[in-house]
Order: sequence, then structure tokens, then C-alpha cells
Amino acid sequence: MQAFTKHEGLVVPMDRSDIDTDQLVPKQFLKRVERSGFGKFLFFDWRYLNDDYAENPEFELNRPEYRDATILLARRNFGCGSSREHAPWAIADYGFRVILASSYADIFYNNSFKNGYLPVKLSEEQIEDLFEREARFRPYKLTVDLVNRRVTDEHGLDLTFEIDDFRRDCLLNGWDDVGLTLRYEDKILAYEKAHGIV
Amino acid sequence: MNSDSAAHAPKTMYDKIWDSHLVYQAPGDDSVILYIDQLLCHEVTSPQAFEGLRLAGRKPRHPDRVMAVQDHDVPTTDRDKPIADPIARKQVETLRANCKEFGIRLYDLNDVEQGVIHVVAPEQGHVKPGSTLTCGDSHTATHGAFGLIAMGTGTSEVEHVLATQTLRQKKMKTMRITINGQLGDGVTAKDLILYVINKLTTAGGAGYAVEFAGEAIRSLTMEGRMTVCNMAIEMGARVGMIAPDETTFEYLKGRPQMLQGDEFDQAVEEWKKLASDQDAVFDKEIVFDAADIQPRVTWGTNPAQSVNVTDVVPEPESFDNIEERKMAKAALEYMDLKAGTPITEIKLDWVFLGSCTNGRIEDFRAAAKVLKGYKVCDGVRAIAVPGSGIVKRQAESEGLDKIFTDAGFEWREPGCSMCLAMNPDRLQPGERCAGTSNRNFEGRMGKGGRTHLVSPAMAAAAAVMGHFVDVRNWKYN
Ligand code: SF4
Repeated sequence: MQAFTKHEGLVVPMDRSDIDTDQLVPKQFLKRVERSGFGKFLFFDWRYLNDDYAENPEFELNRPEYRDATILLARRNFGCGSSREHAPWAIADYGFRVILASSYADIFYNNSFKNGYLPVKLSEEQIEDLFEREARFRPYKLTVDLVNRRVTDEHGLDLTFEIDDFRRDCLLNGWDDVGLTLRYEDKILAYEKAHGIV
Repeated sequence: MNSDSAAHAPKTMYDKIWDSHLVYQAPGDDSVILYIDQLLCHEVTSPQAFEGLRLAGRKPRHPDRVMAVQDHDVPTTDRDKPIADPIARKQVETLRANCKEFGIRLYDLNDVEQGVIHVVAPEQGHVKPGSTLTCGDSHTATHGAFGLIAMGTGTSEVEHVLATQTLRQKKMKTMRITINGQLGDGVTAKDLILYVINKLTTAGGAGYAVEFAGEAIRSLTMEGRMTVCNMAIEMGARVGMIAPDETTFEYLKGRPQMLQGDEFDQAVEEWKKLASDQDAVFDKEIVFDAADIQPRVTWGTNPAQSVNVTDVVPEPESFDNIEERKMAKAALEYMDLKAGTPITEIKLDWVFLGSCTNGRIEDFRAAAKVLKGYKVCDGVRAIAVPGSGIVKRQAESEGLDKIFTDAGFEWREPGCSMCLAMNPDRLQPGERCAGTSNRNFEGRMGKGGRTHLVSPAMAAAAAVMGHFVDVRNWKYN
């Protein structure tokens, strides 16, 4: 997994709540057996006018000023719905490194950490403030620092965010979860012995 | 508190199962390694997990604790022919090859037991009270109806369970939702859960393992309990559960993959101890009265946006907070509905009976009871998709298929079908469907399609009338 320590990037605002995984990657793209190449399907129904990938000029990601955005700003309950990891694969493959939202669906949040980008949880007020700042300072850049758990801009913003230590360590180091767990294989064996699992 | 009193401290069912599956917790770490007894796989969320396993030179730790089903993108007609969509065909073939390579039990396309994974697993007895179970699918909470921790995961975690038979997990908070009293006639488990989601919102259960309790829950059949737990995720809860009781044991007894004979009886004695202790403390308690629940219909684009069938489409301005107002407005636009329209005046193009929410035998019985002696309204296309081959066979042996086809329904082969429209069953832009499934998201049943979630009886009645009606006033033949 790609490690994440600190990222500075352009913010694209998506003023919506409950962005569900069916919107992130519609089902017709779940039939692939690969893990890569999902970026072009991200937000398919909103982003394109037809199946030939003709862009919808109204959609946030297609606007010229947001072409190079790597930080996605949204509201609450981001990633609700299906457990499809295709959604995180698409977000990462599109090139997003950070999502900022006031809350996330549990499964999506969990999946995100396996894909090298950082979902940051902030309060509703902080998110509101970021939307205002983006409108005021456009093009608006943020720096997200996982080592110090901080979000800053050039205009004096300085927020701290919470994230649990284990997830932070994994992301900082780009560790692979399975490998980490297998370090405790003796414990798994002991559990299986104690429970008659062979 | 000394360790002795801690051991006797009252526990919730979630705590008991969690504690008995704890493999290891590193000092100072708030997540643990949790043993996973059973893994379920389907063709859509498993290929990359198997691939990851292969790339790392690993093997499934306990292939006998894994089962797989083809369900999401399989066609519900022409099963004797190869799957027309080459990408879907490849996915189905990939699962078949992976199961063969790693020695995993597969319920394949044309096996009689095949069906939607959350229907098949309990039906075949892969689901045990007191256990832990995961699947790369958000509706995995369904199995919590039997009194276990069942949760949906992403594909990386499918790989993690395959490789280690464990998951790294943080303990969730606990919530108990108690429904007192009895549901009225014509009011079902589906109406109950749509009501609860409406009250809690789509994120109200996030971070919680939810236990459903109370007289109304206890009175439900296993099918009804599965309908309730199935939709826990629609209020954001990864885990929904119900304490096992005689209804549970009766359902499980004799299932092919279940413990048999004395072993089963002994297990039952253990399972009886799983219920939350009387004085167990939940992080959150919510109580509802079953008498307040009526047949529900969703009007919007998330499962929390529902009203009673006797109500009207709500005014966006009627919501307290600005976010909800905005979402309601966008939903009405997508759904092409006007605030103030009576729900019973909403006209339909399609009716879909099926899915892991309402694709079980009881659901088809309820729908058939309504349909008997009636015809599907002109201009409405209606399909009935059994949750599994076993459900299909049972329905046919009771003559239900005849009732459906006589009424003008199409009687299909089992699978997820229009619930997520990955196979050819889908809405055209602008078409409107009454569905018994669990998600009414934009485009869920096909791009531009509009979905209203209802119970099977409500869906059947709507098929006959061409618009929603209150099934409590239905004239049964
Ligand atoms: S029936 Fe629908 S919700 Fe259930 S597993 Fe299939 S796609 Fe998912």
C-alpha cells in the first residue's frame, strides 16, 4: 500500500451528504476482476452525460478549476451503502489523497485505510468553515499532515483531527494488514487449539 | 473492580460473542484480532481477494470455513445458455476457478441450492448462533438474526479472513432497539425496519452493533427477523442482531450444514446463554411501540425517506435541518414527485419481488395471498425472483408460482436481479418500481430508475392496482 505522511493539494468541494457507494462506482463496473483502473468510473452517473464518457460540464470534478484536485471536501455520512471496495479503489485511482467529511459510513471508512488515501473526520462546523474558505480563496489548497494530525492552509487555518494510532501507523508506513496479523500467528494457533479448531 | 466481579459483570450478547472470539489484543491497542468462524463469498467482491492471496503466495487458512455463491450478476432467465455479458461471465468463471483451486464449497449457477448469498447461507445451515461471520457485502448483518456477530467488509478484509481466519476490529458501541407490543394486521417486518430507519436516519446506527428486542421482534418468524437485521446497514449499523430462541433453533434444526443430533442439542443449551444479561448496559437504548407502525413506502432516494402509505409525499420545508431539506428537495426532483401527492396516487411501471430482504418463502406466500384471483394492472411489468432455488422449489410445491404467473408476474430463476441491476433485470431511465429490496438509491435499479421500497404484500397489491394502496384494506380471494 502507498504510504501517506503529508499531502498538500487542491480542494474540490462537493456540497452533498450521504454520497453513497452506488454513486462512487455504479454497479456496471463491479464486474471486473482487477483491482486497478477504477478511477475513470468514479462518480460515473454524475460525471458523464452518457455511456461514451461525454463529460457533464456542470459536475464539480469536470470544472476546469478543479481538474487537479486531490482533496475531496464533502459533508456527512460519506460512503454509505454497499461495502464495495471498488469505491475506495476508484477514489485512489482517480488521484484523491484526502477526503474531508464530518462522518463516514463504517465499512467505507475501514476500507479507505487499505488504499493509501486518508479519510479525515472533522466537525460539521469545521466542514462548513472549509466550504466557506474554499469559496473565498479559490483555488484553495490545504495541507494535511498525518504525522501531526493537522489540517492547515495559507490563511491561518490550523485544525487537528483524530485518528486511531493503529490506522495511522499502518498508513504512515504503508503496511500490509495481512502481513501484520500474521506476525501473531502463534496467537491464532493457540486460539484454534483452545477451541478445537483444526 | 476486581477481575472476579468483572467476569460476572452483566454482558450484552455482542460482548459475550466478542469476548469468546478474542484472539489477541496488543497492550495499548484499541483494536483486537478477532477470530472469524465463517466467511461467505460471492463473485463480485472476491476475485481481487483471491488474486491478492495468490500474489502473496498464501492459501486460505480454513477453506472448510468458507462458502461461496454466484448471485450478483447472474441472469434470472435462460440459465441453460452461457451468460451473455462477457464480463459477468468472466466473474462467474473466476469464482468457480478460485473455489476449485482452493477447495471451497461453491453453490454454482445451476445448483438447486444457488441463490442470494444471505438467503442461501442460513438455509443451508452455514450460520451458527454465537459465532462470528463476515462477507464482502454490506447486507451480511442479515445473519445476526440468528444471534451472532455478522458483518460486511471490503475486499481487502475478505482476503484478510481468507489468509488468517481473523479480522482486526475495534469494538463497536452497543445499541438496543426495543419494539414493544404487536404489529397490526398487514404490518410486516419490512414496515417495522423502514419505520426504525426513518426515526434513526441513515447514519443513526453508525458505530453501533444494534440488538433488536421486544415483543414485536420475538413474535417474528426467522424470515421476518432476517428482514429486520438485513436493513440494519441502512441506518449505518454494520451489525444487527437478535437473541436466539426456540424460533431460531427450530429453523436451524436439520439444515444440511448444521450440527446434527446430540451435537445440535448440546449446542442449543449453549446458545440459550447468549441473550444479553438482564441488567446488561447498552451505550444507547431506544424504544418504539409496534402500534405506531403502519405499512411504509419510501418516497426518496435513501431508505430513511419513508412515510405511511396513508400519508402524502412530504414537503422539503417540513424537515428541521437544512441538510435534510436539501436532500429531500434533491430526492423529489430525482423521483419526479410533488410534495403533497398522496402516496396512493403514485403510479408504477414495475414491481420487483425478491432480494435478500424479502426473497424468502414467507415473502412469496404473503405476495401470493394478495395476488390470488387478481391480475397485474395493464402497463405494469412484474417479476418475482425467488431468493434461492430452495425457495423456488418450495413455492412451486405450494402452487405459488401458478398464482404469480396467472396474475401476470414473470417467475424467474434465483439471484440478486433488479435489487442492484447488475444482470439484465433493470429499469430504464424514468421508470418507477415498487421493490421489496433494501435500497432506493439513485440508479440502484438502473440508471435514472426510481425505486420505492415496500413489503411484499404492499408490492403485490400495487402490482394489481398500478399504484400504491393500503394493503390493510385488501379484499383477499
Ligand atoms: S439481493 Fe441486493 S442487497 Fe441482497 S446481496 Fe443481492 S444485491 Fe446485495
